[in-house]
Amino acid sequence: MFKQLAKVMAMLRGLLIVFKYGFKKPITLRYPEEKRKLPAGSRGRHCLTKWADGKERCVGCQLCAIICPAQAISVKAAPNKPGEEVSHGERYAVDFQINMARCIYCGLCEEACPTGAIVLGDKYELSGYTRESLIFTKEELNEKKPGDSGRNPLRII
Amino acid sequence: MLADVAVVLIKGIILIALLMLSAAYMTLLERVVMARLQLRLGPNRVGPFGLLQPIADGIKLLTKERFQPREIETFTYWIAPSISVFLALAVFVVIPFGGTVEIFGHQVSLVIADINVGIVFLLALSSLAVYGVVLAGWSSNNRYSLLGGLRGTAQMISYEIPMGLSLLTVALSAGTLNLSEIVAAQESHWFVLTNPIGFIIYLVTAFAETNRSPFDLPEAEQELTGGYHTEYGGMKFALFFLAEYVNILAVSSIAVTLFLGGWHGPECFFGNIPVLWFLLKVAVLVLFFIWVRATLARFRYDQLMSFGWKVLLPLATVNLIVTAYFILR
Repeated sequence: MFKQLAKVMAMLRGLLIVFKYGFKKPITLRYPEEKRKLPAGSRGRHCLTKWADGKERCVGCQLCAIICPAQAISVKAAPNKPGEEVSHGERYAVDFQINMARCIYCGLCEEACPTGAIVLGDKYELSGYTRESLIFTKEELNEKKPGDSGRNPLRII
Repeated sequence: MLADVAVVLIKGIILIALLMLSAAYMTLLERVVMARLQLRLGPNRVGPFGLLQPIADGIKLLTKERFQPREIETFTYWIAPSISVFLALAVFVVIPFGGTVEIFGHQVSLVIADINVGIVFLLALSSLAVYGVVLAGWSSNNRYSLLGGLRGTAQMISYEIPMGLSLLTVALSAGTLNLSEIVAAQESHWFVLTNPIGFIIYLVTAFAETNRSPFDLPEAEQELTGGYHTEYGGMKFALFFLAEYVNILAVSSIAVTLFLGGWHGPECFFGNIPVLWFLLKVAVLVLFFIWVRATLARFRYDQLMSFGWKVLLPLATVNLIVTAYFILR
């Protein structure tokens, strides 16, 4: 009898707990309208950052392309023309492509970069209808203006 | 004579329309309330706050393919959902929604059939309700359906007896079987105060009668892939659900009428608007049903049976005897 009563009490306690939860805020995220704020240090799509004066950080050294374990990056470098320098170094990247279908978001490119040019940003909605649309070129990867990627444009690396 | 028939017809049509509508919106209410209890949002895409969701569901179900499985009992298969819906709706014939009101100069009493064996009628209808379940399960030619139907039969029949006994205590206290007179007898005090055990027994059996969680064994999704309505689709399936939700309204209305003072409310709040109080009490009970569904897990079959026969039945009997002692003393 007391065992039965204990079971009934457990049920009533469960009812009260559920009732309490009815007054909490739902944790559902209505995804396309609301987006999750990514935690610091999460690795999304790459960005090519710029110095504070608007010059590109990338000097075309290809270290990122070399270290990339998925061979997702390809860089073509060219010497800066005097008078219309694109970067502060001797050379700059004429063509910079990242195949996001191959990228494994390991972040090794970011670690290898000697000037802090390539960083993994906070964009994670990368689906596309064709494989070609997943190959990102310099126009898409470049910051529109310094600091767009959320990194400080004044930092050394 | 003809005018009386017309009045009854009009009342019936209004009642059926309201019941269908409220059953449709109870699905939305249940989904939203259960979602909130589980920290979710529930349906909120169709229309403002998801208010058009039941209509979208209805259109979807009505435009589904009309199929039937092979080697079924065709007549029984098609008539089983209608039995369920008919019996669920028929209960409301004797429920008094309010006293007598004056509409367009006519004295209209807000009960369709004020019969003097109201409780017996209710018990008869709730016993018949098992036919919808068992015929659907048997005619579908499917083992899951058959098991669901059999479970439904056993469960409904075993819980019928404690329910009848708990209703008898009300009949004893009020000294009548007429529901309007029972409501009138509760004007000073509700029977839930003098007879709380009877109310609790009635609530438990009501969960079993409506096949609601934690007694939803006939349609146990996890074990029986839907139980007695496994082989039903489209509007036939929707009729079973309509019946289930109307049944919830029905047992809530019976509980309100017999235990919670019917359409009487405290005089101090907004005068005594009869139907409003009735609806408020029913709404509270419906929310209680949803709350329980969001909380409790399903009983095992043997637990269900032993609970019905070994706990509820003795309790209801003792309760009846004690009530009879105090009334007849």
